[in-house]
Amino acid sequence: MSIAAFPHAMVLQGLIGGLLIGAASAVFLLGSGRITGVSGLLARATGIAPGKRDGSAMLFILALIGGAALANAIAGPFKQGFPESWLVLALGGLIVGYGTRMGGGCTSGHGVCGMSRLSPRSIAATLTFMGFGILTVLVMRLAGLGGL
Amino acid sequence: MHRIVAILSGLLFGAGLSIGGMTDPARVRAFLDIFGAWDPTLAFVMGGALLVMGPAWLVQRRMDRAFDGTGFDLPDTRIIDRRLLGGSALFGIGWGIAGLCPGPAIASLATAFVPALVFVAAMIAGMLLHRFALKP
Repeated sequence: MSIAAFPHAMVLQGLIGGLLIGAASAVFLLGSGRITGVSGLLARATGIAPGKRDGSAMLFILALIGGAALANAIAGPFKQGFPESWLVLALGGLIVGYGTRMGGGCTSGHGVCGMSRLSPRSIAATLTFMGFGILTVLVMRLAGLGGL
Repeated sequence: MHRIVAILSGLLFGAGLSIGGMTDPARVRAFLDIFGAWDPTLAFVMGGALLVMGPAWLVQRRMDRAFDGTGFDLPDTRIIDRRLLGGSALFGIGWGIAGLCPGPAIASLATAFVPALVFVAAMIAGMLLHRFALKP
């Protein structure tokens, strides 16, 4: 399925991927009583978050990698256009790591779990990171760094 | 049960990220490029996820405890402060620079190991920096 005005959009794949992510979050919420916020789970899995290291969070992280491997083996490979520059990757990673801990969540925790819960805090967070993401891409494109 | 739930959820999550195009940084950046050649795919990813999670919260409200027998351990902060907005702004900038957020970056360790590892290692360094050095 495609939209005439946006020939690159993958409507059906996007929707299926989203339904799977939603199902994953619902399983975790109703099964274990917790939020699938990946930045928070990574911090708890590695012991970066205060408190005891969380073994089941580590299992989630490892299964996340396994799920991507399985999907790619069965239905893929799915296209991945990574930035060439390690500097770009490292800079992005550093800021994402710091920012998600400071803001208490990322696309999964605030975006999927928080917004669907109609949490005003998560809606504010999501609007903020979406806005700054859009701004960053715009500024980079205007500066001639668009394609990376 | 705790462990089985974590593994099942992680597998579904990783598959969903791959199929939905979230693990393609070029596509993520095209989604954020609303003033350029906009690619709306990720709006359908978010829509699909909310379509399932909305009803899941309605079910959760009627449950006393989770299926594994433990109580619900959910965020209960309602404060919108500078930490939340500043952190989210930073996250958005990093997301825009590299086209990766935490979930897809980790999932990409399966398929694009070297560049994903560079990002994830730096992301963990950023988390450590927040924890131990520069806590605002």
